[in-house]
Amino acid sequence: MNPTASPTTSRSLAMKRIRPGRIVIWTILFIGGLLMVTPLLFMFSTSFKTAAQVYDLRLIPAAPTLDNYIRVLSDGRFLRWFLNSSFIAITVTLSNVFFDSLVGYTLAKFRFRGRYLIFIAILSTLMIPTEMLVIPWYLMSANLGWLDSYWGIMFPGMMTAFGTFLMKQFFETIPDDFLEAARIDGLNEFTIWWRVAMPLVTPALSALAIFTFLGNWTAFFWPLIVTTSQELYTLPIGLSSFAVEQAIQWEMIMTGAALATLPTLLVFLLLQRYIVRGVMLAGLKG
Amino acid sequence: MATITLRNLVKSYGKTDVIHGINLEVADGEFVVFVGPSGCGKSTTLRMIAGLEEVSGGEILIGDRVVNELDPKTRNIAMVFQNYAIYPHLTVRQNIAFGLYTSTLSKEQKAAKVSEAGAMLGLEPLLDRRPSDLSGGQRQRVAIGRAMVRDPAAFLFDEPLSNLDAQLRAQMRIEIKALHQRLGTTIAYVTHDQVEAMTMADRIVVMRDGHILQSGAPMEIYDNPVDVFTARFIGTPSMNVLPVVEEGGVMRPADPGTVLAGIRPHDLLVGEAGAGASLSLAGRVTAVEPLGPETLVHFEVAGKPVIATAPARQAPAIGAEVVAHAQPGRVHLFDVATQKSLPRR
Repeated sequence: MNPTASPTTSRSLAMKRIRPGRIVIWTILFIGGLLMVTPLLFMFSTSFKTAAQVYDLRLIPAAPTLDNYIRVLSDGRFLRWFLNSSFIAITVTLSNVFFDSLVGYTLAKFRFRGRYLIFIAILSTLMIPTEMLVIPWYLMSANLGWLDSYWGIMFPGMMTAFGTFLMKQFFETIPDDFLEAARIDGLNEFTIWWRVAMPLVTPALSALAIFTFLGNWTAFFWPLIVTTSQELYTLPIGLSSFAVEQAIQWEMIMTGAALATLPTLLVFLLLQRYIVRGVMLAGLKG
Repeated sequence: MATITLRNLVKSYGKTDVIHGINLEVADGEFVVFVGPSGCGKSTTLRMIAGLEEVSGGEILIGDRVVNELDPKTRNIAMVFQNYAIYPHLTVRQNIAFGLYTSTLSKEQKAAKVSEAGAMLGLEPLLDRRPSDLSGGQRQRVAIGRAMVRDPAAFLFDEPLSNLDAQLRAQMRIEIKALHQRLGTTIAYVTHDQVEAMTMADRIVVMRDGHILQSGAPMEIYDNPVDVFTARFIGTPSMNVLPVVEEGGVMRPADPGTVLAGIRPHDLLVGEAGAGASLSLAGRVTAVEPLGPETLVHFEVAGKPVIATAPARQAPAIGAEVVAHAQPGRVHLFDVATQKSLPRR
């Protein structure tokens, strides 16, 4: 505490600290946090338990074991699914970062007839729930021979209306002077976008990349519908197949889930400031 | 280096003309300043020269070449913007080198040019810093450096000092002027600040509502403005303009008058009239502004504000009655109806 603070200031600070409203808020936040973290902790805890210990609800296992991890990792399918998920999430993320920002930039920085109409058309697709789109996607995939293929899993997400909207809003904040200076310096329009505009919207790009990666890493509904062969399963589909394969092996499911969660946790821990900023930018509830 | 020629240049947005067929010749190596109030078309003209705005009519020539249809990059011009337009993700060195992005020079030659520009602009110790670590003046120098390295035929400046504080602006005025003298490159410079125009230009082009009102050397425009607008726009404080009638070679304020008299505050002196003042104005002092070497005295004549000058230590008190006199030859006359200049008396 500042030793020069007046008694009144000290008292008001103390009052602020113990205000009942704040106690209520902190308590609610604590309980909320606990509710969020508990399943995660149990997932990790169960992954270190034997089948006999699964229903022992102690958080720290009586006899922790790495057997589950050895079994899961030595099962070639898990690695395959992990690689599938990685390939799909990274490809879709790169595609979104490229195409969403390219379209967003064009809509934000070029004046042409129909620009507003195109933007509204793109935006209006946000109003359609995924469940309604799945049937046309499936029919399209069936007609074009994309069922049970990587492309079939990826194509609906290669470009998104949300990403285009986010990037457009961000590109609009770049002063035209930057782009005009580059035009005078002799850069072509593509290079201006790539070398000048893109580095100026890094926060939005990071947010878009994180959301897209996490969304695709955890995607379940569409990959479940479009894939039939185990070799093309993504991690969430593969893990769900664990559950129904034989008797339910919770310790194996939790081990797989824990391994699947690691990249997500890593992305969040490393890039959390971008995620928070991204949530603020996108006006999402998080 | 090159000349810039505008021939019947027109710019329209839809059916609205904003530039009405202007003509101008900028000589090789000349420093021309476009000046005028907001919306007069000076920036639009500059942007058309740069190739950032399409030309609706007429021709722009850089050197002997009509450039109407050419991309900005093929016009061999460089432009410095009001907001500097230096890239925050690049260092000063990379920003300056960006001007050479499409150059066919070798890596070593490019580095040498960047160092040379950095040295000329006093940016050497800052070359590895980011723009966010620089002051406004330093950022503007980086923008000038990026323009310089390209050895362009002409520099275009679009209100480059507007974002700087008064002291820095004065310093940058001198630096840009010195740079022009050193490089000798043609410069077209846009500003709404008549002090910048007066202090930097070889020639001032006064614009209003998409027309060129007058073009000439700074003192020529100051001494011989073609109309009331130019007379009041050029010079600080603005010229006093009020209706007068003339009787026996002496003018006196009258409303309506037969003619408009324009007297610059520095030509309207508070105190005793010398021999044969051609115009005397009396009124009650409303404000005084001591400037050091002299004092500006504000008073009203028939409800119209007038500014005169008094010696530094003889400023009248607020509320005092004063008389100010203009000597023969210092009163500009303008037609009441057309507001155009008449022979001076």
